[in-house]
Formats: sequence, C-alpha cells, structure tokens
Amino acid sequence: MRVIRFIQSDGFPDFLARLSRNNRVLAPVVKPAGKRSVVFEQWREGMPVILEKTTVPPKEAVLPQCETLFVCKKSKNPDNPEDVGMTLGTVPEDASTTLPTLIFACRSCDARGFAVLDRPFLKGPFADPYYKARRARLAVITLTCSTGCNTCFCHWVGGGPSSPEGSDVLMTEIEDGFVLQAMTPAGEALLESSNLADGKDIFPKAEAARKAAWASLLPAPDLKNAQQKVAAVFKNEQFWREHAAACLSCGACTYFCPACYCFNITDEGDAFEADGARRLRSWDNCMSSLFTREASGHNSRAQKAQRLRNRVSHKFSTYPENWGKFSCNGCGRCISNCPVHLDIRDVVVNALAVEDE
Amino acid sequence: MPVMQGKELRIVGFLCNWCSYGGADTAGVARAEQPTDLRIIRVPCSGRVDPLFIVKALLNGADGVLVSGCHPRDCHYSAGNFYARRRLEVLKRFLPVIGIDDARFEYTWVSAAEGQRWQQVVTSFTERVHALGAAPRIEDAKPFLKVADMALKPLRTLGTGKNAPLEKLKEAIKAKLPELECVIGWQKGYDDIHTTPLFMKSAEEVDKLVWGPLNVVNTANYLSQFKGKKVGIVVKGCDSRSVVELLQENLISREAVTIFAMPCEGTLDVARVNEKLGRYTIVNAADSDGAGLLVTVDGKKHSLAMEELAQGKCRCCTHPSAVLTDVLVGDAPQAPAAAPTPPELALLDSMGLEERRGFWRGQMERCLRCYACRNACPMCVCRDHCVSDARDPHWMTQEADVVQKLFFQTIHALHLAGRCTGCGECQRACPVGIPILALRQQTARAVEELFGGYKPGFDPAAVPPLLGYEVEEQNIRETRI
Repeated sequence: MRVIRFIQSDGFPDFLARLSRNNRVLAPVVKPAGKRSVVFEQWREGMPVILEKTTVPPKEAVLPQCETLFVCKKSKNPDNPEDVGMTLGTVPEDASTTLPTLIFACRSCDARGFAVLDRPFLKGPFADPYYKARRARLAVITLTCSTGCNTCFCHWVGGGPSSPEGSDVLMTEIEDGFVLQAMTPAGEALLESSNLADGKDIFPKAEAARKAAWASLLPAPDLKNAQQKVAAVFKNEQFWREHAAACLSCGACTYFCPACYCFNITDEGDAFEADGARRLRSWDNCMSSLFTREASGHNSRAQKAQRLRNRVSHKFSTYPENWGKFSCNGCGRCISNCPVHLDIRDVVVNALAVEDE
Repeated sequence: MPVMQGKELRIVGFLCNWCSYGGADTAGVARAEQPTDLRIIRVPCSGRVDPLFIVKALLNGADGVLVSGCHPRDCHYSAGNFYARRRLEVLKRFLPVIGIDDARFEYTWVSAAEGQRWQQVVTSFTERVHALGAAPRIEDAKPFLKVADMALKPLRTLGTGKNAPLEKLKEAIKAKLPELECVIGWQKGYDDIHTTPLFMKSAEEVDKLVWGPLNVVNTANYLSQFKGKKVGIVVKGCDSRSVVELLQENLISREAVTIFAMPCEGTLDVARVNEKLGRYTIVNAADSDGAGLLVTVDGKKHSLAMEELAQGKCRCCTHPSAVLTDVLVGDAPQAPAAAPTPPELALLDSMGLEERRGFWRGQMERCLRCYACRNACPMCVCRDHCVSDARDPHWMTQEADVVQKLFFQTIHALHLAGRCTGCGECQRACPVGIPILALRQQTARAVEELFGGYKPGFDPAAVPPLLGYEVEEQNIRETRI
C-alpha cells in the first residue's frame, strides 16, 4: 500500500508552512466582494485557507494568463545609423519558474485538467518547453469531494469525486481530520518528508467517505457515443444556432475552464526602448470572433453558433479523436460562470438525441 | 546624466495645432521663461483628444496631463472644443473614482496669439503638479478589499411577481407572434433557481416563458443582433431603458421592435443566492410566498427573501415599469421619485484616493480578461470590433497586469458615459465578482450633475449629452488656470 498519512483539521497551517519552505504553495482563498470568489493564491504564513472548489481553476500554475517568452533589444550604432544590433534581453523572473509549485486542495476535476493539457503540450510531435518546465515541477494535493453539485458532472466524462488522475496526493475528509493518500512517487516523497502521523489504520474511513460521495451523485447519461454523435451534428446549423442563441460570445467559459489551453502570441513594446520588446504568450478563447479572423479579413467562424460548435466539438469530438479522452472534466465552471446560464450538458445530451440522418 | 533628472516630473500636454501649439510657439519666440516638464503632443483639435489618451498616460506613469485647445467659438473646425469640453469635464469627475487626483488633469484654452497666457498656464499647471509630487502608481498600492453594504432599505416593497398576470402576457405575445421573427424573454435554466434567455418562435415556446425575480438577464442585449428583422422583447423596467437608449442612438428602429412589459417587483442577486445556498446537488422544490422564494435544495429548506437578497440596482430602482411599451400587462405601480447613491458607489465615496487605488488593485488582480462584462453590456454595440482587442490602434497590450485590466474598465466606463442606464449586467456577469458597476455609476452621476439631471434611456428622442453641446454650458466652468 502506498504512503498514507493523517492530518488533524487544525494542522494545515503547520503543514503548509513546512511545504512552503521549498515550494510555491498555491492554496484556495476567499476574495470578499458582493459576489465572493475563491481563487488560488500563493500561501503565506497566517493566510486563511478555505477548502472550497475555486471559482478560477488552477491551470495558471502551468499555463499563466500571460507569460513573456523572450525580450529583445535593438540598438543603433551612433556613427552609422544603418547598423542596427539586436540582442536578447533577460525575461523577468517570476515565482512560477523559480520554485516548484504545489497546489493544495485542488479538486479531482481540476487535477484531471492537467492530464488534458499534458497531451497536446507534452505528448504531441514536440513538447512545449515553457509548459514542460512548469509541469515537471508541479505537485498536486487533491481534496476529494464529498458531494456533487448542481453544475458539476465529473462522473459523466470519466472522472469522479475522488478520481486520482493528475493528483499526487488524494486528501479525504473524515471526522476531525483528513486522510492523505499518496498516488504517485512524488506524492509519496512529499508525504514521507512531512511530519504527519501515519493514517493506514483509519484509511477505511476515507474509503467509506469516498464511496458515500460517489453514491450521492445523480445518475449520469451514457456518453460513450458522444464523440460520434457530436461529430454527426457538426453540419446541423440549426442545432448550433439554437444552442448558441443566448450566448454572449464572452470568454467566461473558456478562461475558467481547467482544460482549455488555446493561446495567442503577440509582440509588445519597442525593441529600441530601455525595456525592450516582449514576445508574449497569453490566453485566447475560441468564443471570440478574433480567434479565427485572418489577416485577409476572412473569418472562418464569424457566427457565434460556429464558435460554440467549435468549443463543444473540440471537447467532445475532435480532442477525443486525437487523444482518446474528452477534454472536459465536468467541473461545470462554464455553466456556473456563464452570464446567461448556458449549459454545455444540454448541448451534449441534445446532440445524443439527434437522429442520425 | 541629464541635469534635470530627478527634478522634472512627467507632464503630457495635448495641444491643438491651430491655437495652443501656436501659443506655445509664441511664448518660445518671445523667450518667455517656462518650466520644462511638459512633453507636448500636437493634435489637430482638442476634439481629437479621446479621454482615453489622458487615462492611458496617467495609468502608465504620467504625473500630470494638460489639454489645451482653442477658446470656445474659436474652433478651427467650428465645434471640436465644445465636444471636448463635455467629455473632458466628465473625465475630470471620473478620475477620482479610480484613485487618481483630478488636479493632475486640466484642460484650458489658449490661442496662438496668447504667448503670455501660455507661459502662465504651463507655469501654474507645472507648479500644481509639483505640489502634488510624483504620481503614485495603482500597481504599487496596497490591496484593500472592502465589500459594499447591500443591506440598504429598498425604495419600495420588493416582491416576487407571484401574482403577475403571466398568462395574460403569454396570450398577448401569442397574438403578436405571427408578425414577429421571435420574442425575447426568459425560461427556466439548468435548475429552478437559474433562468436563461428564451427566443420564442412558436406558441409552445411562449408557454416556456417565466416571470419572477430570477429573470436577471437584460433581454435588450440581444436586440442589436436582430437588426433588420421585426422582433418582440419582454422587458423589466431596467431592460426597457436599454431599449430606449438603443433607440436614442439609432441602433435599432422603433418599427422593428415590439415591447412587451409587466411591472417588475425586483430581481435577486443570484451570486448571493448561490452563496446562501452553498454547494447543492439538486433543487427539489421552488415556490414563492410573495416576499421571497422558498426553495428546497438537497432536502433542506431555504427562504430567499427579496429584502435580503435583491440586487443593489433593484433597491434603488425608480422605474419598475417599462418606460416605453407597446403591450403593457398588469398595473404600473407607484414608483419612488428619487434614488439614493447606489451601494457600490457609496462604498467608493467612503474611501480616500489611496484606498481607492488599493481597492482597484486588489479587485483587478483576479480579473481574467474574459470580457463577460463587456459582452453582457447591452450598450456595448461594437461587439466584434472592440478597441480592447484591436492591434491597430493598439490601446492595450496582452499583459495580464492590473494597469491593463483597470484601463479596460476605464475604456468601458467612459464609452458608456451618458449612455449607461445602470442595468448592472457588467457586474453581474463578472465571474469573480469585481464591483465594476461603481465606475459606470460614477460616469452616470457626473453626467447627471453636468447636464441638468440627464438620465439615459428615458426619451427616445433625446440626444445623448456627449453627442451634443451647448455654446454656453450651464454647469461647466472650465477656466481654472
């Protein structure tokens, strides 16, 4: 059996302080506002942690909202203005590249998100060096869910409240504490280096809690034909127009998705200035009309129905075609964060119901 | 090292080519002694100065900005400076809400002959900025998170629309449906406490229409996408103001839209409802007792009282009934006349400039630039051509820092000046709950103060104030230096 430890409910500050010595620990904290949100932030001594599913997924740990790929500087030779030299400047350091990152109290759906990102970034014809550098130094402690929720549907898409994929440690709440179970060698090392008590004896309690969580979920529809069915409605314009009617074409669904990974590359600044010019990689989203607008002015997805079709098809048909799995983990953030409460589950279920022509 | 390094501040001047630029030249030719802090940018007219030029300079490190144009009635293009005067005065009243001292920005008039006046203007403005010192940066402010008190007493008794004649409304829609492409309304969403927009094309679809405090989405947002077609729209009072504003700006035509209205009794703040209910799997039952919703989730009963959980805008609402209708169902209630300062803006009013900078820094940090705020705005009619996405002109970089994010909010707020009806969809749409409505509320307040109590979205024939001018402005006294 793998390494299992137990932590008392009041033991987190010590545990996190210990982890923070060698890691950038990202933990969920509340941002108070009329509409409160929960986000991952670098944990510091005294910061109150809240064990809720976050509003914003932790994908920024490996794919920052914006990162500088390189900086370049140009200079003119004062004696001969035609002689322009170019040098690469230093990319400003940020904590995500200097320290290993540890995500504390992640959720199974978000941890599975890392597995979705890994496939195109690491397992394709070439590995993305920026992603790889961060991913190699990432550890994930996942808190298993004790119930489902009104918008999440992890068990529809191959996950579950205690799915281990993408997690190094699974943490499960039992009475007066949490059981931590290592799922990978990195997780084992992490728990072994802690000073937590052994939890082998009480592990059955955690197993029981996980079973109870599974049992609390509502029945899931069978999505085994989803890939074919979603592909089959691709040309059904009416279907997509109806489902996209209320869509506002904003990026709330994609930017809050733990499995969306499209990016944009832009150059900012002037290479002749002191700071130099920066080449940036930043998030992009397929719900924006600019996403597919070509330099010629032609836009292959000028209508919002085409863009919604792309998003759903990518998650349930084309990504599975390439990688054998859905690129949706059922976290439900695209539903709960949608300003008009669109439901991706409806789109998929309705696609399943469309009769083949 | 330049001699003046460390002694000079960064002041940007936007000078009209036809007057102030010449005035500065006259001052130079006359060897009038002047401070050297000002960096001059020549523009064809003060009317060319988009308030965003000024905000961009101030957010990116300028210590002061001066705009100088031709004297009123002297514009080379007849009226450029009249338009500029309105915009710049609104801007001046907007800056403090994001924590920028409005004394760091000034606009004035100097003609090409007034070399001496130029010398005095530049000297006194530079002295003023020096007295303020180097401008503090938003990104250096200490995050300061504070929550608006939403517990203020509503102006009228809010309800759930339990007794609203919904069936009568449905009949009215069905009667008109044959003439219309579709009618926009609301239907039950993914559970009983979330609704989603409904586009009714058939009688069966009309039967899906729901009415109540969960109808939060502003239906007017969808009108502009039906341009050229005849559509119907079901509105709350606030939505109707957006429809009127769209008419005011000729973005839709009166003949093409049929407005169905029922008096609104208030809407719920869905975010706070979600917070109150906590994590739940299923809604077992939802009913209303008139004063609030009674919902059972996962077998547990909750009471969602309107008094406690209504949206801030509903508490301050003076127009529960549509301001323009074709088909009105139900009796229009007595509406209160005067609204207090909305709670989001009242919170900012209670802070000093430094706290406001900290507030916006702390709030903007979690913005993901998803632009739900922009796309949820019924008045954001540029749609796929927003300046925030444009590379040419290059208003914003893709960098994910607080300056870029706050700058976008400023763009949005200023583009809405005199147009925003305060429907609050921007703030409601924000997934991370940034209270951005306060910025729009501040522009609305400035417009109201400056232009004789003008409120957008009431009169389809009224010209939005920033699209017009008066030669003698009643409430603007611009010569301060």
